[in-house]
Amino acid sequence: MEITLDHYLAVAAVLFVIGLMGVIMRRNLLIIYMSLEMMLQAANLTFVAFSRFFNYPAAASKFYDPADGQVFVFFVITVAAAEVAVGLALIVALYRLKETTQVQNLTTLKF
Amino acid sequence: MDALFFWFFSFLMTLGGLGVILSRNPVASALCFAFSLVNMAALFIMLGAYFLAAVQILVTAGGVMVLFLFIIMLLDVTVAGKAPRQKTWTGFALALGLMFIYLVALTLNATPRGLVPQNTIPLETYRSVPAASAISSGLVDDTQRIGNRLFTHFVAPFEITSLLILVAIIGVIVICKEDEPARSSRDEISREAPPIPREKETALTP
Amino acid sequence: MYLADASPIPPGISWFLLLAPLAATVAILLHLHRKPEMAMFASVGSAALCFLIALVVSFDNVPPPAAWTWIAFPGSDSAPGLNIEIGMILDPLAKGMLLIVTGVGLLVHIFSIGYMAHDPGRGRFFGGLSIFMFSMTGIVVATNLIEMFLFWEGVGFSSYLLIGFWYTRDSAAAAANKAFVCNRLADFGFMIGILTFWKMMGTLSVEPDKLAQCYYKNVLPSVHNILGNGQLPNLFAHVGSVEHMGGVIYGQPALLTFMVLGLFAGCVGKSAMFPFHVWLPDAMEGPTPVSALIHAATMVAAGVYMLCRVYPLLILSDFGMDVIAFIGCLTACGAALIAVQQNDIKRILAYSTLSQLGYMVMAVGCRGPAAAMFHLSTHAFFKALLFLAAGSVIHALHEEQDIWKMGGLFKKIPLTAWTFLIGFLALSGFPLLSGFFSKDLILAFAYTHHPFYFWVGSFTAFLTAFYMTRLFVVAFFGPPRTPAAEHPHESPAVMTAPLVILAVFSVVAGWSFGGYGIGNYYHLWAINQLNATGQLLPTGKYIALPELPGFYGWVPSMLVIAGGLTSLWLYWDRSTDPLNIRILAQKFYFDEIYDRSLVGGQQRAANLLSWLDSWILEGLIIRGAAYVTVGIGELLRLFQTGSLQAYAFILSLGGAVVIYLTLFTH
Repeated sequence: MEITLDHYLAVAAVLFVIGLMGVIMRRNLLIIYMSLEMMLQAANLTFVAFSRFFNYPAAASKFYDPADGQVFVFFVITVAAAEVAVGLALIVALYRLKETTQVQNLTTLKF
Repeated sequence: MDALFFWFFSFLMTLGGLGVILSRNPVASALCFAFSLVNMAALFIMLGAYFLAAVQILVTAGGVMVLFLFIIMLLDVTVAGKAPRQKTWTGFALALGLMFIYLVALTLNATPRGLVPQNTIPLETYRSVPAASAISSGLVDDTQRIGNRLFTHFVAPFEITSLLILVAIIGVIVICKEDEPARSSRDEISREAPPIPREKETALTP
Repeated sequence: MYLADASPIPPGISWFLLLAPLAATVAILLHLHRKPEMAMFASVGSAALCFLIALVVSFDNVPPPAAWTWIAFPGSDSAPGLNIEIGMILDPLAKGMLLIVTGVGLLVHIFSIGYMAHDPGRGRFFGGLSIFMFSMTGIVVATNLIEMFLFWEGVGFSSYLLIGFWYTRDSAAAAANKAFVCNRLADFGFMIGILTFWKMMGTLSVEPDKLAQCYYKNVLPSVHNILGNGQLPNLFAHVGSVEHMGGVIYGQPALLTFMVLGLFAGCVGKSAMFPFHVWLPDAMEGPTPVSALIHAATMVAAGVYMLCRVYPLLILSDFGMDVIAFIGCLTACGAALIAVQQNDIKRILAYSTLSQLGYMVMAVGCRGPAAAMFHLSTHAFFKALLFLAAGSVIHALHEEQDIWKMGGLFKKIPLTAWTFLIGFLALSGFPLLSGFFSKDLILAFAYTHHPFYFWVGSFTAFLTAFYMTRLFVVAFFGPPRTPAAEHPHESPAVMTAPLVILAVFSVVAGWSFGGYGIGNYYHLWAINQLNATGQLLPTGKYIALPELPGFYGWVPSMLVIAGGLTSLWLYWDRSTDPLNIRILAQKFYFDEIYDRSLVGGQQRAANLLSWLDSWILEGLIIRGAAYVTVGIGELLRLFQTGSLQAYAFILSLGGAVVIYLTLFTH
């Protein structure tokens, strides 16, 4: 069968939903963070798919190039890496404070 | 052939994703995630984004996930099964997930079907084009195209991203720094009063 | 007094009848209540000025001044216009009443100089007396019912001030409230009567010439003028009563009765008829001059005066007149019965006032306004005399008011005793004194109207003689029953002079010389008034004063003497009361009934409202609203779980909903 854009988008969506379920379901803070990362990567897949399937050289101009999707993925990967670093640092600091990584123990915002 | 590879890699990627959220051992979760990323890189290659596939494996799977593993080991996280069972959100999560899937299905239903790469240059022709005229005719490989865009139109975000990485480095160092104990390098005479002992912040202080 | 030639005195002088006491009141209010002597001077001076002007106006036939229009709305075909003015009537009725009011008022003012000499609040007292004079004079000369109502409330107010003069006493303050509330309640009926009057007659004015026109608004012009010979045609003989001259009432009879009853309601309140009489005995808490002036001679007579003022229109309702006569009769007899068993000298006199007022109202109801006004005048004299003499006795015995604690006063305070004797004989209707003439005239009218009123009136005369003799014998004769009664001191001249003057008038007021006498004066007025409405001539009734036929003429006098002798026999030389009729001593339990029903009912209504306020308004609505708000807050608090996953879930859910709404709905 012909693999169209819809297939890639569906796969990315499934990965995104799996990540979302992980965020809501898991109690370990690190696993939650990992699932969050998975959601980002699903978005990356979407960008690349669009970049490939809207590849019209005739439309290329100063403002739009079919490679722009991939450029964006480049940025996303970079920023995700930086974000993960900072986030894990925060988790480590939190662990030092609370001695736990279980999210149900971190309820100081409870009214 | 194309379809086979697609289904194979996407299946494995989904399996890896499920492994992330379903496994009890955090290390297993991290490794499953890395596996999933590798399969995603394969999908990237199928989509013609070779550079990004390599970057994905190097940076995300090789850097981010390794960092995750470091932290998992550092925090000495126990296996989740031994923790007391609390109310989990499994049902809600499942419902929400299905709701999102439904939304995506609706969207895909509403958009034009069967979009295939049209008027695109087959991948095989990239290599047969001489380098000089490649850029003007658009027949360059993806790395060059990314580079081209990155240093012309997207140079500002590029520089800012480098700044962002710098900030992230500094931030990580600052956050992870422990409180230093008072240094005893001062001589006895100039010490006016003993330092006020600072209370260690715990979860129980209001 | 019916001189035809105009007088050289300007009519504007009549305004000083109102302005002089008003000026005295304002002066006392602003400044003089701190200087009692100056206050006394101002008040007594204004009373003297009023009396002087009244004399001049009456004997010199000064015409009334022009009225000052206050509100004037023109009328239309469907609605009557509104024309309220402040003006003065000076017809014979008003002049007679004016002389009584100002004369007796002046004497009471002089008496008060002596009576209140040691009271620190006497400046305030004279201020109250002055405002009373102002309001009472206003009622007498009022040209329209609204002006009269304003002054009506004025006398009520000054009565409140003066009854509660010693306001630190709880009983005095309560009595003042009781008087004012009773009056106010009755004035509600009065106001309804005034409004009905306005609707029926199209005007608020009660000037004598206008009353005739008002009468004819509601009665077909009587046919006798057409026939010209004073005979009634057979056609109209059966319609209405004879008093309506055979004319047919075509204004709604029910509304006319309603109007009469409404106007009578004002009289019921002010003149303390049953069942609104309960305030008058309690009003004796005020100083004795107040009781003399306000609650004996003038204010309580204002009701009777008002009825006489609108008399031609009262006749329009037979049922209304019957009600008036009956209530008057009931009051006369009931009050006399109660007085038989009272022990406070002022209470006995108060109930006797009630009884005599009942006589006056009964006279109006029996178609004899002349008799009512005659009795009003003589009653003013001897009742004021009796009260002032009682005040003198109380003063002599250092504020003792129980007659069973007095005794043997006759020899010790002879002047007071003799004037008291004259007063009480006049009240009882002893032959040839003033009360005899006026009371017998009333009984004559009563006999002519219906024998029931005659017999009840005569029985009341018997009772009057009985209880007044009881009072006199117990208080003035027999051994002194307490140490205080052993050494009474006679009052100073400033207090005994008015007593003597009033005693003289009590004797001579009933006599007439060659057609000039108080009785004839009012009779002439009545004839002229009724003639204007054509009510008298065709029937010839009431043209001459009625007389009691033969034997009946002796009945009242015999009953009076019999009552006196019975009382003398029962009460001579006693130290306690041989009669002990509980129901009379408890005043027919009126106060207790009112307390249970009205006060208790109002208390229950207040409790209900209090319950409603605290449970429903405060509890349900105010606190309920507060609790609902708090409840919603508690509900919202459940969202702040502090659980990361809950937040993430809600966030994603919201995001999904927004995406759906954005993409898939219009």
